[in-house]
Parts: sequence; C-alpha cells; structure tokens
Amino acid sequence: MATQKSTVHKLRRVYVWEQPVRIYHWLNALVIIVLIATGFYIADPLVIQSGKEPSQRFVMGWVRLIHFIASYIFFFNFLFRIYWGFVGNKYANWKQFIPTSRKFFKEMWHVFKMDILMLRGKEHMSVGHNAMAGFIYFFTFLAFLVQCLTGFGLYASMSTSWFPKLFSWVPAMFGGDIFLRQVHHWTMWFFILFAVIHVYLVFYHDYVEGRGEMSSMGGGWKFIEEDVFTHNKELPNAPKS
Amino acid sequence: MNKETVQQTPTYLEEFKRKGYSRKDFLKFCTLMAAYLGLENAAIGQVVKAMTVKPRLPVIWLHFQECTCCSESFIRSSHPIVADVLLDQISLDYSETLMAASGFQAEEAMKNTMTKYKGEYILCVEGSVPTAADGVYCMIGGKTSMQILEEAAEGAKAVIAWGSCASNGCVQAAKPNPTSATPIHKLLKGKPIIKVPGCPPIGEVMAGVIVHVVTFGRLPELDGLGRPKAFYSKRVHDTCYRRPYYDAGLYVESFDDDNAKKGYCLYKVGCKGPSTYNACGVTKWNNGVSFPIQSGHGCFGCSEENYWDNGRIYERASAFPGFGIEATADQVGKVALGVTAVALGAHAVMTNVRKRKLIKGLEKEGKDSEHELKD
Repeated sequence: MATQKSTVHKLRRVYVWEQPVRIYHWLNALVIIVLIATGFYIADPLVIQSGKEPSQRFVMGWVRLIHFIASYIFFFNFLFRIYWGFVGNKYANWKQFIPTSRKFFKEMWHVFKMDILMLRGKEHMSVGHNAMAGFIYFFTFLAFLVQCLTGFGLYASMSTSWFPKLFSWVPAMFGGDIFLRQVHHWTMWFFILFAVIHVYLVFYHDYVEGRGEMSSMGGGWKFIEEDVFTHNKELPNAPKS
Repeated sequence: MNKETVQQTPTYLEEFKRKGYSRKDFLKFCTLMAAYLGLENAAIGQVVKAMTVKPRLPVIWLHFQECTCCSESFIRSSHPIVADVLLDQISLDYSETLMAASGFQAEEAMKNTMTKYKGEYILCVEGSVPTAADGVYCMIGGKTSMQILEEAAEGAKAVIAWGSCASNGCVQAAKPNPTSATPIHKLLKGKPIIKVPGCPPIGEVMAGVIVHVVTFGRLPELDGLGRPKAFYSKRVHDTCYRRPYYDAGLYVESFDDDNAKKGYCLYKVGCKGPSTYNACGVTKWNNGVSFPIQSGHGCFGCSEENYWDNGRIYERASAFPGFGIEATADQVGKVALGVTAVALGAHAVMTNVRKRKLIKGLEKEGKDSEHELKD
C-alpha cells in the first residue's frame, strides 16, 4: 500500500465472444451434459423400481428419445459453429483452431512453458483463445465429428428418417455396430475429461489474468489492458518487482 | 455320381422327383423359400417356375479353416427338401464333407465343374484362409487353401462366403490370429461376394440365398457390408420378442434372478442383440423352435465382425484396448478422471507458488482501486 505507483492498468472492454458464439457454447454445454447422462443410462441402465406394469413403462424408450433429440441439436449446433468459423469475428475464426503458421506453434510452445511447466518469463496472454487452447478445441471438434458419425451411424439402421440414413455407410466402414458403439463410448470419456480441464482452466485464467475470463462467455466482454492497444502487442508487462 | 449329374444337369424339379418328393412337397418348399426371402405372394410362382425349368446350379463348396457348423446348419434347415435335396441338387460337385467321392475322383469332379461350367458355377466357401507361413496351416491335396481358392474363384460366377469364418475370420482370426486367418473378401478381388455371416448362419438363410440366385439369376440385394438385405437388414434387437422389456427399462440383472424368470430383457447380462444384424428373432433355429434369447441367454453377436475380440460375452461394458482384457472404458475413464483431478490440483498449487508475484500484483491493483473509490 506504500507505493501508489503500483501498475494500475486501464482496461478497455473488448467484445470477444459474439452472441451466436455464446449461444452455441451454452447450448453445446447443456446438450453434452444431457447426452452424457442419457448415454451412461443407455450403456448401463440403472434399476428403476416402480409398481407399474411393464406395459405402462417406457423408461429406456424415453431416455433414448431424449438422447436422440439432444444429438440432433448437438449436430446442427456443431454445423452452425463451423459456419460461424468463417463469418464470425476474428476470435471465432477457424484459424484460431487450425495451425496455419509457425507463429501458431511458437505461441503454443510458449503457452506450454508458461502455463504448464510454470517457467518464469514473459507471461503470455491472448485476448481470445491462446494457441494451445485453440489447438485443443480443434481436437474437440474432431471428437464432435467422431460422435456424430458413430452416433448417427448406430442410429441409421433403427431409424426410418432420411437423416440418420445418410450415415449408414459408417457401420460398414468400421466393420459393424459393436465396434462403433465402443468408439462412441470411449469418445464420450474424452468429453468428460475435456470438460473438467476446460472449467478448471477458465478459473485459472480468470485468476491469473484478471480480465473477466469467467464472465466473458456470459456477456461476451473481456477487459483488456490499454497497453495492448497502444503498443499493439499481445503481451502486457507483468507487474514489476 | 458327380460326373453324371454334371453331364445331365436336370432341373430342380426333376431332381426333387427323383428323390421321391411329391409336387406338394415341392410347392411347400417354394412357398417357404419365398417367405424367407421376403417375397410377395405373386413371386411364389416365379420361384416355382425357376425351380421347374432351370437346370441345377453347379456349385463348388470349399472347406478351409472352419468347424463345418455351416454345413451342419444347412443340412438341418427346416424343410426336408432343403436338407435332403437342395444340398445335393445344387449339384454340389465338390464338398469335402458331403461328397461321396474322395481323393483323385473328388479332385477330378472339381476340375470338371470348373472347366465345364466356367463362368457359371457358384463358389461357396466355408472357412477362412490362413496366409501366414505361405498358407501351410491349411492344405488339401498338396495345395494351400489360398491356391485352391484362387483357382476355384477364377471361373466362378459369384462367391458365397458361408459363415463368420469366411465372412469375418471368426475365432481363428481372433487375437493373436497365429495363422493370419483371413476372410474371403480380403483375398478375392473383382468377384461378386455374398457374405452370409453367423456361427453358423441359419440354415434357412443359407437355403434362401441359393434359392434367390437360382430364381432370379442374380445376387440378392446386399447391404454395405455385403450381406443379403433380406436377412441381415434388421438387428436381432429389433425383432426380439423381449424388446418391450428393454424399452420399459426392465432387465435381467443376473442369470438366476427373478427378472430372468419373468423373461426380462438380457441387455445387462451382455446381450449383443442391439448390435447384431441377423434373422434369429424371426426365422429362429431348429425348425423355428427357439433362438438363444428365447432360451434365456443373450445373443453374443456371432454374425458380427470381430465378435470374439469386441468386448466380453456377458457384459455390455466396452473394453478398452491397451489396458488388458479386464479394463473397461469406464474403469479407464474413471482412473483418467482421478489422475486429471490430481494433476489440476497440483497445477492450482503450483500456480499460487510460481505465479505469486503476478497474482499479488493483480490483488494489489484491485485493492488500490478499491481504496481510491469513495462511496
């Protein structure tokens, strides 16, 4: 409290996550939770007691229905996000996720040193996703794709609708439903692990950056230091001494 | 006998009569086959006509790495004509198990068919072909099964892969597959191949496939995996009479529990019906008496590719490769989740240690700003 000359940053409001991105994000989160919960039940149904006659019960039927509805939402939400990767702002652009330059890998290496190995040095702070995060999201998109292909592939033969039938080539390619089902189940675990790490890292970034990381997916704003604008650089000076 | 029949090529009807079947039996057989094939009523006439006028289809039936359960299933299919006549009457010019000839005569019969009916005969293959060690694991008459297969397939009109061995490799192709047992479709190129998987396939299904070829002169419609759609387009689950219990969420928890007595769904004790494409729920076995699920045992997916290695028979749990046969995806997942939690905890601690200055700076900045603000 002694020196009033502590680095007090002037922050500027930046619109990082546009509304469609935010809606996509939360819809995706909700639907994935529903899919995982119903998916676990479908894989290994709990014993649910009731006095009803079997003919009055439709537990698995409902759970599967919810799973299928959620999967449709998931799929089209995913498609929308890919579309938005081409028309959205620069933080939503596909180049945030797929490396197109050496700079991308250099940044990734830097993030790895600073945030994972916790080496000392210049802090790296991105406005949108950092390169490492973007690259991991690229893998989540691949996982989305795997889940859509295997899921609708499994659904194809039991549906009369044209849409799942578009995926009937998938079981043929994987050599049958048994294997397909397993891939679908394994990939679900990737989602669970991803979600845990993802939520942790949101807390982490909020904590060490103080730029409103957590609330950004709510209002879309992040609060970026004036220096970044004036010096036109990504790395604001870390607090001295 | 083989030589003789090859030369005479009687029609199916003639052959039936010679075997002592009445016309009534013959019509019954045709109707039955039409029904199994899923044909409409009007098509029965077509089947009858084809069987009456068409000469017998020359067939070479090869046996490689297999247990002969396909042949056994075939000769036990429900209608006696299937068992007694169809097998003979498809003019089985060569079949190790069922032909009378042996040795030189047998080889001769096969050669005759191959030359006389070049481009006409149907090649049925039962069993997989070992490719390791130049194929020495399965040799007949001094030739490896690969050589025999190539020779026989050369002039074949079409190839039928009977059973899971020929279609998918089955048990001998299961890990570690010491003989490199290989299904037929991976070895033959440029020939139409019908896969009729199952261990064994249902006899009526096998007969149906042949009757289809005879009646219409072409292969039945096949699905993406090369199986006849008429028999393999539905999952056992979709035609299972216990399906309502599945939808209701009522399951057998163990084989001797009350739910098992009530005939609930066998899903949780490992039934692979939901992933298995076959006609068991409709056609059933042993003259339509029963099928595994009806007898209280889950389907174990014998007509699906790689079913020996794809998880356990009595569990739905999905096995996870690389973690031993006992590890399921959920166990691996839970451990990974635990490890992740520990790692994140460690990371959180390290963040507070290594980035202390940074965090203190932020805190100070925030506190200073707080002090500056007067209500």
